[in-house]
Amino acid sequence: MIDFLLSSVPDWALAHAAPLLVMVPLMLAPVLALVPSGRIAWFVSIGATAASLVFALILLGIVQTSSSGVISYAMGNWLPPLGIEFRVDALNAMILVLVSAIGVLASVMSYPTVLAEIPKEKTALFYSAFLACFAGLCGVAITGDAFNLFVFLEVSSLSTYVLVALGASRDRRALHAAFNYLVMGTIGATFFIIGVGFLYAATGTLNMADIASKLPDLTGSRTVQAGFAFIVVGLGLKAAMWPLHQWLPNAYSYSPSFVTMFLSATATKVALYALIRFLFTVFSPRFAFEHAAFNAMLMPLGIAAMIACSFQAVFQTDVRRVLAYSSVAQVGYMILGISVGTVAGLSAGLFHLLNHAMIKGALFMAVAGVVLTYKGTNIRDFAGLGRSAPWTMTAFAIAGLSLIGVPLTAGFQSKLQLGYALFEHGWWWAVILVVFSSFLAVIYVGRILEAVFFQPPVNPRKTRKEAPIVLLVPLWILALANIYFGITTEIPLGLARDAALAAFGPEMFR
Amino acid sequence: MLEFLLERANYWAIIGLMMIGLYITFASGNLIKRIVGLSLFQTSVCLFYVTLGKVAGGTAPILYGADAVEHGGGHGAEAAHHAVTVPGGHALGNASAPVELVNTYSNVLPHVLMLTAIVVGVATLSVGLALIVRIREAYGTIEGDEVRDIDLETALAQEAEIDEWLNGAGA
Repeated sequence: MIDFLLSSVPDWALAHAAPLLVMVPLMLAPVLALVPSGRIAWFVSIGATAASLVFALILLGIVQTSSSGVISYAMGNWLPPLGIEFRVDALNAMILVLVSAIGVLASVMSYPTVLAEIPKEKTALFYSAFLACFAGLCGVAITGDAFNLFVFLEVSSLSTYVLVALGASRDRRALHAAFNYLVMGTIGATFFIIGVGFLYAATGTLNMADIASKLPDLTGSRTVQAGFAFIVVGLGLKAAMWPLHQWLPNAYSYSPSFVTMFLSATATKVALYALIRFLFTVFSPRFAFEHAAFNAMLMPLGIAAMIACSFQAVFQTDVRRVLAYSSVAQVGYMILGISVGTVAGLSAGLFHLLNHAMIKGALFMAVAGVVLTYKGTNIRDFAGLGRSAPWTMTAFAIAGLSLIGVPLTAGFQSKLQLGYALFEHGWWWAVILVVFSSFLAVIYVGRILEAVFFQPPVNPRKTRKEAPIVLLVPLWILALANIYFGITTEIPLGLARDAALAAFGPEMFR
Repeated sequence: MLEFLLERANYWAIIGLMMIGLYITFASGNLIKRIVGLSLFQTSVCLFYVTLGKVAGGTAPILYGADAVEHGGGHGAEAAHHAVTVPGGHALGNASAPVELVNTYSNVLPHVLMLTAIVVGVATLSVGLALIVRIREAYGTIEGDEVRDIDLETALAQEAEIDEWLNGAGA
């Protein structure tokens, strides 16, 4: 399919796919702010995200077929170490495809929920902020320049704060959640630029590949180590790494349901990508201080996230909060995979990143459908929905089982890979903790599913039985993807392996 | 010891400002004060970068004296993008042959980066203030603690409602 795509697109699209991927949504975002009609804005945002998906697939195709496995695009023809470079390899090609595919599915399903939850005069502005956020996330994933990464991170974060705050028309707590997210997110981003400043002081360059080539001579430098610490903490805050996740549960449970769905599947994933890029490509696990950081910091924090946040999820009564805490726990799995520091561990972490985006995307999409028809997100509001909205809830159940890690679902495959990587590294006790955390997932997903399928409906506000068709189609695409990739893992596992090899640097790739 | 302290006076000032900013952000209950602290924290980073760009004995990075002669012709000469070497040996610009400078200049790049960071800071500040306006409209207060108390009451009321339902279903 990718071969067909590469042969059918015009030359200009092949040559300029990297900048166009970001520029199309970024340029359309301010245009949408001027559009009066929400429906037109909806169509435009579907078009923009779909265009990005096409460009992302083109980039993936070029990366997979080219001999070097790297696409480098010099912005304005200013050559790389000095000018800003867009650099695509197997790692960020995978992330770009993931983000833009989720972006398309999210914007297709968005219109009914946006219409129901956002004031009518703000619909077009809402889509404008969504496209800015989408462009920022793609920009973070594609850029090869450390400072440019900060700028795109802030483009996406600032629009995210606005999107979260728009949940205020449903629940005013969204405002305070957005404010806290703004404070925490800004501190994270500022830590990141302090770290980049240290790296610039040590190496005299901002290009990530260039920094990577100069760092091996400077590993003893305290400047570099301080920069490493600031960057890991800053990006860890954005990625909701365990003790730094306090902003996430509130932001996810009070924002509009479409925003929750989009953010849970993309925002933390992209921040995690940036963390992986710095840990493996810019710095390297070969450095003694990074090896120490993996064993003494990332591994314990990943495990703490898995256990502590799964426990917290068990005691929540709001379905969106359950899923939000579970998201932090799942980030813990990914961090644990990363902290192994081997190709197998990283590819297990990336594989789980892909699968978790599909799982949480489907779960929050189903929740969006319930919010639309029944106006509530408490477990009580979910009681008996298995009978009145069977299609929505069956997809929810599939994704829920995948979250637990039941065999024949995508979630099982990624936990299996994580288990292999941990055993190979000799961390057999961590495998036991992963299984224990999965049992906690059985409890918190089980509570919801029990209410959905085995309790009589008590919700009196039944306006409509099933979610609308534009929501059901993307929901079922994600749910079926969970089953399909649970049976044949060839495609996502191949992507994750290539990505892990690319993350270790061009000399490891091919 | 004194020399050690004085040589790094800029960095001490930056660390001080940074910590004051972070402390205000965490410790203050008033949302406006928290935003002010955040702004201070971000601004101290600008000082950090500008300090990094300072070259000993260097002046503001605007060509003057002997270096500026070539630029006398106005815009035509500037369009030629001729390259310049800065102390540190990195060539700037697209041309292949670097031109040696007579005077010493500070590094321009950190200054330029901070222009972007200032814009980001202003955008963050304005979004934060807009949120505070909305919080004041919705809650009638801009004290973080009071907002949290109101939220807690709402949450507890909801919890009680659900508990009642759960007990009712169990009975």
